[in-house]
Amino acid sequence: MNHFIVPPQTVPLIPLGAAALLALLPGYRLTARLNVVATLATLLAALSLLFEPLRTPGPYLLVDDLNIVFIVLNTFVGFTTSVFSSSYVGHELEIGRLTPRYLRFYHAMYQLLMAAMNAALMANNIGLMWVAIEVATLTTVLMVGIYRTHEALEAAWKYFILGSVGIALALFGTILVYVAAQPVIGEGLQAMVWTKLVANAAYFDPALLNVAFIFLLLGYGTKVGLAPLHAWLPDAHAEGPTPISAVLSGLLLNVALYAVLRFKMLMAANAAAITPGPLMVTMGLASLLFAAFMLYRRRDIKRFFAYSSIEHMGIITFAFGMGGTLANFAGLLQMTLHSLTKSGIFFAVGHIAQAKSTQRIDDIAGLTETHPWLGWGLVVGVVAIAGLPPLGIFMSEFLLVSSTFARAPLLAILLVLGLLVAFGALFLRLNGIAFGEPRGVNHPVKASYGPLFAHLALVLAAGLYLPPLLVAWFQHVSQLLG
Amino acid sequence: MPNLAFDTAHLLAGGLVLISFMLLYQDRLTSLLNVYALHALVLALSVAWQAHLQNAPHLYVTAGLALGFKAIIIPVALRRIIERLGIHREIETVVGIGPTMLAGMALVGLSMVVMLRVTAAATPIARQDLAFALAVVLLGLLMMVTRRNAVSQVVGFMSLENGLNLAATGARGMPLVVEISVAFSILIAFIVIGIFLFRIRERFDTVDIGALDQARGEHR
Repeated sequence: MNHFIVPPQTVPLIPLGAAALLALLPGYRLTARLNVVATLATLLAALSLLFEPLRTPGPYLLVDDLNIVFIVLNTFVGFTTSVFSSSYVGHELEIGRLTPRYLRFYHAMYQLLMAAMNAALMANNIGLMWVAIEVATLTTVLMVGIYRTHEALEAAWKYFILGSVGIALALFGTILVYVAAQPVIGEGLQAMVWTKLVANAAYFDPALLNVAFIFLLLGYGTKVGLAPLHAWLPDAHAEGPTPISAVLSGLLLNVALYAVLRFKMLMAANAAAITPGPLMVTMGLASLLFAAFMLYRRRDIKRFFAYSSIEHMGIITFAFGMGGTLANFAGLLQMTLHSLTKSGIFFAVGHIAQAKSTQRIDDIAGLTETHPWLGWGLVVGVVAIAGLPPLGIFMSEFLLVSSTFARAPLLAILLVLGLLVAFGALFLRLNGIAFGEPRGVNHPVKASYGPLFAHLALVLAAGLYLPPLLVAWFQHVSQLLG
Repeated sequence: MPNLAFDTAHLLAGGLVLISFMLLYQDRLTSLLNVYALHALVLALSVAWQAHLQNAPHLYVTAGLALGFKAIIIPVALRRIIERLGIHREIETVVGIGPTMLAGMALVGLSMVVMLRVTAAATPIARQDLAFALAVVLLGLLMMVTRRNAVSQVVGFMSLENGLNLAATGARGMPLVVEISVAFSILIAFIVIGIFLFRIRERFDTVDIGALDQARGEHR
């Protein structure tokens, strides 16, 4: 264990240390920069994991081909969001929506969230994974309520209660997995280590595993935002600071989905247990269709894109539920590109809401004239999220639809219906927001375009050309997922 | 001797389910808090008994936490909050007491049927602990959905969490139990502080459409 250049523990430990430091330091300039530096250091540590040989997993931490995709994505979006965040909170300080004291709290919580998410992704221990996801939930609850308006507190409270119920159900499922494992593996820590569980899952009591998976799917599914457990998601996205909306949509939903995937792999290792696929397919399709129709009635721009996140998490869950190399590949690609695109859209939306002093869609029009960079950035983002070529999401959705048509044509029809309905809603609203006669106030805003266009460029590049190395990697992971 | 061990564990876990039922029909906040304190006390005894049976001294920490934090500090703090905020003393229910009790009985039946059937391989103590724990969890959920008042929702959540503690301690030799119970205590402390700081009195699905629109950010 001593030939590592960078030990994997650093990935959660850097943000943890930064959180402690940022909680103590005053001042906007210094802390915003430190926030960026810390996330950059975390990203570099995560990238260095790519170049190291695979290691034997310990009782707490694990780095394998599956979670390294999530970790790199997580730390990358964490870094770009911190760049966006520094210009975003600068504006919020100027207009007095945030006070310096809350800013310090905000930065500490941001780093703590990063630490918790990375720990959850690297956890080889289902108990540790649960604790990390709980901490991540708590920090986001606190950040959603940071503006302290009536609506923000309501959103935070709703998120809190639903999230708590979700993590409580997930804990019950975790306990049941332990009870199933204990007669086979023996008492103690080893019966919670994920690699041990998978290796021995064939001998577990299948009935107990089934019940456990239902609890885990409902519990972590609440955090993924799957219908009908999604109620917290739009409020939390709409009322919190926009960097948090970006991190919630782009990352935290993925982390919860990752937990579901780990347990799905556990179920697959036991031949007598139910196949989790159909459950995930049903929940995924329900989320997709529900969110697609709900998109038409949104009046708040952040809430609008929050529903689009529910829609996409539905698609991704559907893809992983279908299983098979092709659908899993499409799911992984969709997840990666959705994270990049959606956080990019929120970067644009954050500055748009600042420039127009409102989040109401009806009060925003003609952005391409008044704020060309933001307006066109948003247009490209929406084109990407709607799944149009040549941007990357077109490819993953095309793969998913064609592989589904080959295996279950009826499901594919529902899938396509959901995609088209959402497509219509996205362009209906985009037309009003981006084009037409400019309306309302237009404040100048010091926007940071770097993160937005970096994300969009990556999504475009993925649509035009996927490097063979990446394709091989994703294919390998798709086979792991089964 | 093994009989006494089993019977005592059975008595305490069953008592927890009964007290969950008592929580369901309380119609005053103060008496609800008293019953919750009793709930936590029985949990503490149950966990301590498990610690003794399993010869696992670390579980005494969980038991102590249940006794000191959940049975004493939280009820006292919530009572002061109720007085300070002047929250009305009666509990508004969404569904009447009668139907709630019937639903509760159905849930307990369900958890017995499910858990006893799937845990045939586990030890008898773990088996009945899990079945009772699921019953307590479901009753806690039932309480959360049938109450309008934020404080009684929180009490529902805390009783649910007691059920999880029962399950975790009943699963012999489970690691991280103490850590998890500490994490949950922090969560509960946050909730209670949240109620106090933000003066949350009601759940947000009122019948007032105007309030709904405000909560959803949709001004039509």
